[in-house]
Amino acid sequence: MPRPHLYLLATLACAFGLSHFSGRMDPYFLDVLTGVGINIILAVSLNLVNGYTGQFSLGHAGFMSVGAYMAAAVSVFLGPRLLGESGGTALQQGSLFLAALITGGCAAALAGLAVGVPSLRLKGDYLALVTLGFGEIIRVIFQNFEPLGGALGLNGIPAYTTIFWVLAFVGLAVFVVTCLVNSTYGRGFLATHDDEIASEAVGLNTTRYKIVAFVIGAFFAGTAGGLYGHFKMTITPTGFDFTKSIEIVVMVILGGMGNTLGVILAAILLTLLPELLRPIAEYRMIIYSLMLIVLMLARPQGLFNFKFGKAKL
Amino acid sequence: MSEFLQQLLNGLSLGAIYALIALGYTMVYGVLRFINFAHSDVFMVGAFIGYYLGKLVPEGTLWGGMLVLSGAMIGCALLGMFIERVVYRPLRHGPTLNVLITAIGVSLLLEYTGQIVFGAAPRTFPQIFPTANYHVGSLTISSNQLFVIGVAILLMIALQLIVFKTKIGTAMRAVSLNPKAAQLVGVNNNVVISFTFGLGSALAAAGGILYAMNYPSIDPLMGVMPGLKAFVAAILGGIGNIPGAALGGLLLGTVETFIGGSQFSTYKDAIAFAILIVILLFKPAGLLGKFTIEKV
Repeated sequence: MPRPHLYLLATLACAFGLSHFSGRMDPYFLDVLTGVGINIILAVSLNLVNGYTGQFSLGHAGFMSVGAYMAAAVSVFLGPRLLGESGGTALQQGSLFLAALITGGCAAALAGLAVGVPSLRLKGDYLALVTLGFGEIIRVIFQNFEPLGGALGLNGIPAYTTIFWVLAFVGLAVFVVTCLVNSTYGRGFLATHDDEIASEAVGLNTTRYKIVAFVIGAFFAGTAGGLYGHFKMTITPTGFDFTKSIEIVVMVILGGMGNTLGVILAAILLTLLPELLRPIAEYRMIIYSLMLIVLMLARPQGLFNFKFGKAKL
Repeated sequence: MSEFLQQLLNGLSLGAIYALIALGYTMVYGVLRFINFAHSDVFMVGAFIGYYLGKLVPEGTLWGGMLVLSGAMIGCALLGMFIERVVYRPLRHGPTLNVLITAIGVSLLLEYTGQIVFGAAPRTFPQIFPTANYHVGSLTISSNQLFVIGVAILLMIALQLIVFKTKIGTAMRAVSLNPKAAQLVGVNNNVVISFTFGLGSALAAAGGILYAMNYPSIDPLMGVMPGLKAFVAAILGGIGNIPGAALGGLLLGTVETFIGGSQFSTYKDAIAFAILIVILLFKPAGLLGKFTIEKV
């Protein structure tokens, strides 16, 4: 069996094992682990767009919010009707949650398509700004959409997210991205990243590759959003503003663009760092931003990128 | 009709502030080709310098106000030059994305340091200039609004003179056209870039004080939204183009004020980004920018 498949199976087995013992584990540890997992999904999916395909999206939190709202809508509005008063069995709840996550992911992917088709004609800084703009527009729309709570946010989302679901989707996201990029088709992403004009000259439809990367990235951002909503049990539009997008971008860049393992490590580090700095909570964002500047000056190729001698962007 | 004029006036005074911030973005983009995300926080620092200086001078006097304004401009010019020297210069030949991330880092650093030093709670900005309300027909014009528009126009004329009539301005335009060729004919790029940052930051500080006068509450995160919108204004007018930034700022401020006064007021924050997307899709070079063909 190829290696990525083995890893996926190992992650799923690990997820089963962990969720079996999760009752006996420290709840704080589980909370942190869930946060780490959600951030890994976000960072790995953004890495497909920003790292492998070489586009610069600053709107990932927007897709995350679409997924979070749609998934929450499924379990808040459809859930009681399908499961009845009692709340249903664990299996029923699980399948409802899976359906909710997939709905969230698909809605985010649709949003990704709608945003990607017009904006991916642009490059570099301009693309970054347009995606940022779309992210903010999505936020304002949710703020004004009363059926989903408006500016106050959506409350009372059932707490379906368990460590099993998080790890399973982490495994799935890493698996899909790795297999996609290493496939024959996926070489097109790397070619688009390396030299767009040359790729077009050899007959690749670079726009198509960019859109595919964007849509897949958005799908996983949407599922991450769904997991996040069912973990926090309440979501507000301001929780998905462009600071959140930047947080994800920073993970990708620190990990080394186009290096899935590095990005995973960076996501873990950057989620744990604020937790570790909690005793000096007032200063933690200062340390975080200083670290960002120093790392960019000292290791521009990313913290965990050991493959290349010099920065390869 | 009078309501229309009133809104137009409000819009122009907001637009004048956007224009001042947009000029800083556009100038830095012109010489270095990158988005200085920290610019919006220099704007915030400007407002805070104004706040502290404003306590030292008697309130509501013209000379005191002028002193505060120039003090904040000098302070922010120094800050901008310091940031450029320490953070951006070592990265000048690095990949654009790294510079962008570093700029985001500087922006976060200024915001969160601001929250520690100045405190996170909003504060009331002192009335540093004399105030009065004039009534023309059914129109109410506050002296602050006139002042904002007047100062903005004066600063833009000064900027235009610096860029087109002085030696350093010629050097700025040379670096913006072609940095290597400029260096070959004897322009010291480091000095020019440093000067550009200083000038842009001084304008941001002026924008910060004018903004704080009209919306008399300041906090360490106040720069984020005006900063983003000013950048949209810079693109709207054509990035790297100084009159374009002014035009973009005025247009954006006016449109936003009119939307704010209509039934769609809750969508006010989205309108700037909608404009951004439309302009980038249909006229990527901006209203006054020149379209350049990409060569291999």
